[in-house]
Amino acid sequence: MSMNLTLKVWRQKGPKDKGRMVNYRVEDVSPDMSFLEMLDVLNERLILEGDDPIAFDHDCREGICGMCGMVINGVAHGEQVATTTCQLHMRHFEDNAVITIEPWRAAPFPVVKDLVVDRSAFDRIIQAGGFISVPAGSAPDAHSVPVKKVDADAAFDAATCIGCGACVAACPNGSASLFTAAKITHLSLLPQGQPERDSRAVAMVEQMDAEGFGGCTNTGECTAVCPKGIPLDTIAQMNHDYLRAAK
Amino acid sequence: MSTGYTEGEPIRDTKAPEGPIEDRWEKRKFSAKLVNPANKRKLHVIVVGTGLAGGSAAATLGELGYNVTSFCYQDTPRRAHSIAAQGGINAAKNYRGDGDSIYRLFYDTVKGGDFRARESNVYRLAQVSVNIIDQAVAQGVPFAREYGGLLDTRSFGGAQVSRTFYARGQTGQQLLLGAYQALERQIAAGTVKMHTRHEMLDLIVSDGRARGVIVRDMVTGEIERHVADAVVLASGGYGNVFFLSTNAKGCNTTAIWRAHRRGAMFANPCYTQIHPTCIPVSGDHQSKLTLMSESLRNDGRVWVPLKAGDTRPASAIPEEERDYYLERIYPAFGNLVPRDIASRAAKNVCDEGRGVGPGGLGVYLDFADAIRRLGREAVEKKYGNLFEMYERITGEDPYAQPMRIYPAVHYTMGGLWVDYDLQSTIPGLFVIGEANFSDHGANRLGASALMQGLSDGYFVLPTTIGDYLANGPYGEVDEDDVTEAEAEVRQKIEKLLTNNGTRTADSYHRELGRIMWEYCGMERTEESLRKALERIPELREEFWQNVKVSGEADELNQALERAGRVGDFFDLAELMCIDALHRTESCGGHFRAESQDADGEALRDDENFSYVAAWEYGEQGPILHKEDLDYEYVKMSQRSYK
Repeated sequence: MSMNLTLKVWRQKGPKDKGRMVNYRVEDVSPDMSFLEMLDVLNERLILEGDDPIAFDHDCREGICGMCGMVINGVAHGEQVATTTCQLHMRHFEDNAVITIEPWRAAPFPVVKDLVVDRSAFDRIIQAGGFISVPAGSAPDAHSVPVKKVDADAAFDAATCIGCGACVAACPNGSASLFTAAKITHLSLLPQGQPERDSRAVAMVEQMDAEGFGGCTNTGECTAVCPKGIPLDTIAQMNHDYLRAAK
Repeated sequence: MSTGYTEGEPIRDTKAPEGPIEDRWEKRKFSAKLVNPANKRKLHVIVVGTGLAGGSAAATLGELGYNVTSFCYQDTPRRAHSIAAQGGINAAKNYRGDGDSIYRLFYDTVKGGDFRARESNVYRLAQVSVNIIDQAVAQGVPFAREYGGLLDTRSFGGAQVSRTFYARGQTGQQLLLGAYQALERQIAAGTVKMHTRHEMLDLIVSDGRARGVIVRDMVTGEIERHVADAVVLASGGYGNVFFLSTNAKGCNTTAIWRAHRRGAMFANPCYTQIHPTCIPVSGDHQSKLTLMSESLRNDGRVWVPLKAGDTRPASAIPEEERDYYLERIYPAFGNLVPRDIASRAAKNVCDEGRGVGPGGLGVYLDFADAIRRLGREAVEKKYGNLFEMYERITGEDPYAQPMRIYPAVHYTMGGLWVDYDLQSTIPGLFVIGEANFSDHGANRLGASALMQGLSDGYFVLPTTIGDYLANGPYGEVDEDDVTEAEAEVRQKIEKLLTNNGTRTADSYHRELGRIMWEYCGMERTEESLRKALERIPELREEFWQNVKVSGEADELNQALERAGRVGDFFDLAELMCIDALHRTESCGGHFRAESQDADGEALRDDENFSYVAAWEYGEQGPILHKEDLDYEYVKMSQRSYK
């Protein structure tokens, strides 16, 4: 049942290198392997041959840390819906398939090496206001403010964003709207998030623009590739909060 | 082979205050020296790791006004492996009115830890647990709620009350994002300087105090030195010594092992938690194991075929030919027995030839009854994302057929020894979260890791470290001490890169992992441990002679990163086996086959082993220091979940 594959992988030594696609043949791939395990096997071979292994980001390998991410056959995280690259398994590929593998491509995500990109712009968007200011030890009893279940659930749905950046990679404008909107929505649906709601929306949107991400044109590619299915209407919530604050 | 060790002076003082247990933390908070707000910014603290413990500690120290530098090996602090914790976080809120209390959480934790944890520490943990929930809710952590708007809870293994707060199956993620956001707020405020993609490779000790770290910038390869007035290690556990574990791929022991080499004692390294509900191994290519939250045991029923060698599909095996062995052996706790007991029971039925799936290394976790009783929708609501995860990995639908699960290494209770203040045996070196050994004894209860990480980071460390910093700043660091540490780091990198051997670091790691799983895993014997202690040094020797690392030092080089970590895993593995060999009793996650009762249950030997084994590094082999454990409040008894 094992498969033989041809990979076309983006190789780039560093930020200044021009980069190119390089072909690799991988044989005896088990359908039970994850996509990253398939790359592990190739990398071990490359090391023994004295070559540089293909650099890619990954950590938890269970779809929650958000560290992995590559564009597989033109789709961020591959064609499997609601799945991170690490959770993608080889049983979804055909024997003798040709698979192209590229990094996230967006100006605010410069390539570090091969498939590794710098996503620190996301951290700076959070720094601008993606939090509730509550120093440790100052909190009132957790039951002092009840929260409607429907609001808590909707906040949770937005809060499940893993910050992988697939939304940016998929967007024709390289927009970070879905990422930014997910955090704004999460916090503005909760009573605890109200005091800073206006300033948060303005600061995060402005930081997103300052980082060089493009604008949103409601294409919806972001939510289509999002491994956590962050809904597109969070962007409406972001725009609503932004306009509300600007009034 | 070295199975030998020498015994040093016992540890007599853990710095826990005297008096009634419920007053001790209050007393310590009052006795801890305070630092004048204007002086705080002159005091520099390094925090290594940005999980629940490190992230919350760095954020809180920043809020207090200290000058903090934080390091993580990931590309952003939000990715630390706390993020993967699924089930929940315990807190003695007693919102259910079901008889919970601080004392009961304390009691359950001491008992669950099989009487190998310190009473004072555990009591403090239970006290602080209630503040954690308040803090997280105020930060906007979207915990599950009921229709009345109040927080929902569920029950978890090892407890008969419902005290586990959760955010669907992603509690760790939501709590970590809360800590991460607090941390980013401090980065923006300028109190915390963050270095991502940096790995700590050594500790700088000068004049007997921890004064900084040597780190490698993983993008440029540059070796950097950072000095400070105190160092906090929050670098997580060492489960990856087994190669296959539920830890993230990057989790490693280097930070704590290097600190151990510099003088910090390592306590109870053999206490390993094997989690009963993980997805079984599918083949040699397996790079890590995935856990299915233990909360699944609330509604799933564990079973195997009654007869050995029964290869029929689950659906073809009638009720009367199934053995719901946990319910049968432990009628009081049933499927909710603590993790170590559930894991060993799974191993036992598989050893009897009754395991299911490839290689017979699996047992069923069946939701058919729950789906019948609650309806598919209710089950989906509760466990939807876990079911999806299972299907994605195995290609099987758990709504239609039972899940297959098998135990896997999940958590390490051992870690660097710390006193009541969370300070190691090196003054100025504090250790928090999974990296220390302090609160879980020989076995950690479910939903207690998140509790401990946040307790240490938000509430305990920020108070106790102040007492140390109040005597600072500690002045200039002797240049020679920094240079020496840096030189060692460079030497090791040079050695790995010029070795030009014939095997990859991963292949050695895999082999080491197999040795550890086979001989120092769920069941340990004198014979197996001696075998491991023979094999490990041989393999380590070969590793250093024959490992092949391609690429250069001054670039992003993932092969080099891995090789360095594997080198430290070898040394740790040896100490784990020495610890496991010396502790001839069974307790919690440490099961010595020679020490069991007639029913096959773990048999403690309180007379001889009621102590923490704190190991000092010695060139001629490790030196054992015993810290006696006294139980004033919880009466020691043989654990029974029957």
